[in-house]
Amino acid sequence: MSSATGTAAAGSKPRIIKVDALARVEGEGALYVRVKDDIVKDIKFRIFEPPRFFEALLRGRRYTDAPDITARICGICPVAYLMGASQAMEEILGIEMTPQLQNLRRLLYCGEWIQSHVLHAAMLHAPDFLGLDDALQLAKSNPEIVKKALRLKKAGNSLMEIIGGRAVHPVNTRIGGFYRAPDRLDMMRLVDELKWGVEASIDIAKVFGTFDFPDFDYDYTCVSLRHPDEYAIERGNIVTNRGLNVPLSQFLDHFEEKHVAHSNALHGVDKDSGEPYLVGPIARYNNNYEQLSDLAKQTAQEVGLGPVVTNPFKSLLVRMVETVYAFEEAARLAQAYEPPSPSFVEAEPKAGRGYGCTEAPRGICFHTYALDKEGRITDAMIMPPTSQNQPQIERDLLGVVQKNLALDDEALKWRCEQTIRNYDPCISCATHFLKLTVERE
Amino acid sequence: MGANGKNGNGRSNGNGNGHGNGKNGLSERPKLAVWKFSSCDGCQLSLLDCEDELLAVAEKVEIAYFLEATRAQVKGPYDISLVEGSISTPEDGKRIRKIRRQSKVLITIGACATAGGIQALRNFGRLYDYITAVYARPDYIDALASSTPISEHVPVDFELRGCPINKHQLLEVLNAFLNHRRPNIPTYSQCVECKRHGTVCVMVAKGTPCLGPVTQAGCGNLCPSCDRGCYGCFGPKETPNTSSLATWFGWQGMSQRDIRHVFRSFNAGAEAFRRESESHE
Repeated sequence: MSSATGTAAAGSKPRIIKVDALARVEGEGALYVRVKDDIVKDIKFRIFEPPRFFEALLRGRRYTDAPDITARICGICPVAYLMGASQAMEEILGIEMTPQLQNLRRLLYCGEWIQSHVLHAAMLHAPDFLGLDDALQLAKSNPEIVKKALRLKKAGNSLMEIIGGRAVHPVNTRIGGFYRAPDRLDMMRLVDELKWGVEASIDIAKVFGTFDFPDFDYDYTCVSLRHPDEYAIERGNIVTNRGLNVPLSQFLDHFEEKHVAHSNALHGVDKDSGEPYLVGPIARYNNNYEQLSDLAKQTAQEVGLGPVVTNPFKSLLVRMVETVYAFEEAARLAQAYEPPSPSFVEAEPKAGRGYGCTEAPRGICFHTYALDKEGRITDAMIMPPTSQNQPQIERDLLGVVQKNLALDDEALKWRCEQTIRNYDPCISCATHFLKLTVERE
Repeated sequence: MGANGKNGNGRSNGNGNGHGNGKNGLSERPKLAVWKFSSCDGCQLSLLDCEDELLAVAEKVEIAYFLEATRAQVKGPYDISLVEGSISTPEDGKRIRKIRRQSKVLITIGACATAGGIQALRNFGRLYDYITAVYARPDYIDALASSTPISEHVPVDFELRGCPINKHQLLEVLNAFLNHRRPNIPTYSQCVECKRHGTVCVMVAKGTPCLGPVTQAGCGNLCPSCDRGCYGCFGPKETPNTSSLATWFGWQGMSQRDIRHVFRSFNAGAEAFRRESESHE
C-alpha cells in the first residue's frame, strides 16, 4: 500500500511521502527521507525482512548440510549459496576440482545469471523506464519483448534443471562436484536454444538502449571477483577499482558488516574509509570489462556504454550485456560438454577454516566456515550481495532524492523505487517492502 | 497504487465494481493476491517461472496484489490468496489475520508457510542465542521465539508442499480452485514416484539414507534420480512411519545426532518430523 500525504508546496509545512511496500524487489524495505530548506538532511533505507538466523542454525550441523541450507537464503540465486558454501568446504577438505567439474559449475551458474538477469531487467526493472506498473502491462504494449524475455528466462531455467535437477533450489550439486553427471544428450538439445539466446538478448539490449535514463552518476568503489582466465563468475580473487587485489581469506581484513538500528540487513562497508562500496553487474563490468567477449563489448558499445559505467540506472543495460555473455559462455560450454567421471571429488572431513565467494547475479556472495575434526560447523558467516550494497543504495537514494526534489510526491516515490530496483535488493537475501517517508521542513 | 492503470489497460479499479459474482462465490475474473512472510521468495518465483503459462494465467485471473511482480495494487477482497513464508515476528501474526479476512480462499505455498521453514530450527533452541550469534545489537531485533506455519494462526483452505513448490502442482491447485474442484495432489510417498518412474531405490541398492519412504511425493523424485537420498523437502506424507525409517538409519550406522538432523531441515516444524527428531535428542 502506498499513500501520498501533505503538499508539494514549499514552505515550512512538513511534507511526508509514504511508500509502505516496494514492489518488484526481493525482500521488504522502507525509506525515510528528511528534507530541510531543499537539502536532504537524512536518509535511511531499512529492511523489514524478518531475520532468519542462518549462521546460528548451521552451528553443529555437518559440513555437507551447508550448501542446501544456505541456498534457502534466496530462491532467486540459490546457486550462489550452493557454490559459495561448497567452495569453502572444499578449501578445508583440500579438494581440488577438475577442470571438467569447474566448467560444469560455470555452466550451471550461467543458467542462474540468465534467469535472474532476464527476470530482473526485462520483467522487474524495464517497466519503470516506460512508466508501466509491471511486465504484464508491458506484454500489452510490447508483446514481442515480453515473449522473448520469457523464452530467454526459460532457457536459463532449463539449464538449471538439466544440471541441477530443478531451477529453484537445485538438488544435484554437492561438495566436490555433482551427485550425478548430467546426460550429454539433454545438454546437446539445449545448444540451439542457447545460441538463439545470444541473438535475442542482443535484441532486447538494443531496445533497452533507447530508454531515457535518469541523469545520475556516482564514483563507485567497485568490488568484484577477478580471475586471470575468464570474466569472473564462480571463482576468483577479490579486487576493487582502487587497486586492491587479495585472496578470499583477506576479504574480511578490508570489508566488514555493521549492524545499524534501522535495518535487519547488516550493512557492508569498506573498513579503511568506512565508506559504502558497490557489488554487482556494474562493479563486475567496470573491473573486468576487458575480459568480456567481443560480442558482449560490441553490444555494450551499441547501447551506448563505455568501458566504465557510473550511472546506476544503466545497470539495466549492463545486465543485458552480461546476459549476452552468459548465453555465449553457456552455448560454448554446453557444446563442449562431456559427462565428468567421476562426477565428484571426495575427501575426509577435517578441522579448519575455509572461504568461498562467487558472483551472484546481484554481486559477490561471501561465505566463511570453521569446522571441527568431525566436520561439524563451529562457525559460519555469510555476506550476501544485498547487505553489502545496502549503504550504497542509501547513498544513491540521497543523491537521487536531492536531484529530484522538484518532482511531485508520486513521481519522486516512483523514482526512488526505480533506484532501489537498480539493485533489486534481492532483499530476502538480506532481508520487499518500501515504506518511503519524506519529511520536508 | 497505480491500480487505476494509467495506461488504460482495462485493469479493475479495485472497488469491486464491474465484477459480477460467478458461480460458487468466485468472481468471473477472479482476483489473485500473492503474499510474503518469512521466506526466500523461491515459491512465489515459481509462479513467474511458469514462462509458458504466465500470460494465460494473467488473462484468466486479475493479478491484484503480487509485490514480487508488480507495483500495481488492487484492494481486497481477493478470490484467491497465495501465502508464502512463515510467521516469525509479532507483526506477521496481525498481518496474516487481516489477509485471511480479505480472502475467500487462502492457499499456503511452500515449506515455510506449511511447516515453518528452515527458520523453524530456532524452535528447538533459544532465540537469544540465535540473535547474538548473528547480530551485534540484539536490541535492534524484533523476532518471535518460534517460526510457525500459517495454519497455526488462521484457517487455511489448502496447503501446497515443497521447498520449493513444484510449479506444475501450483498450476493444478489454481486450476482446481478456479474450477471448483478438489486439487489432484497426491499425499502418498516419494517411493511411489520412484517406482512409477523406474528409479532404482538408492537405499536398497546403495545403502544411501533416504527420506523417500516418509516424504510426500510431488517433486518428481528428483534426488533419487540424481543418485541422492531424498532430503524431505516436501514434508511428511500422510501417516508416515518415521520411527521405522529412523531405526533403519541407525542400522546403517547413522548416529542419533545425524538422525535428528536428517528430520530437522526444511520441514523441521512439521508434526511427524518434529516428533521423530525429538526422540533422538
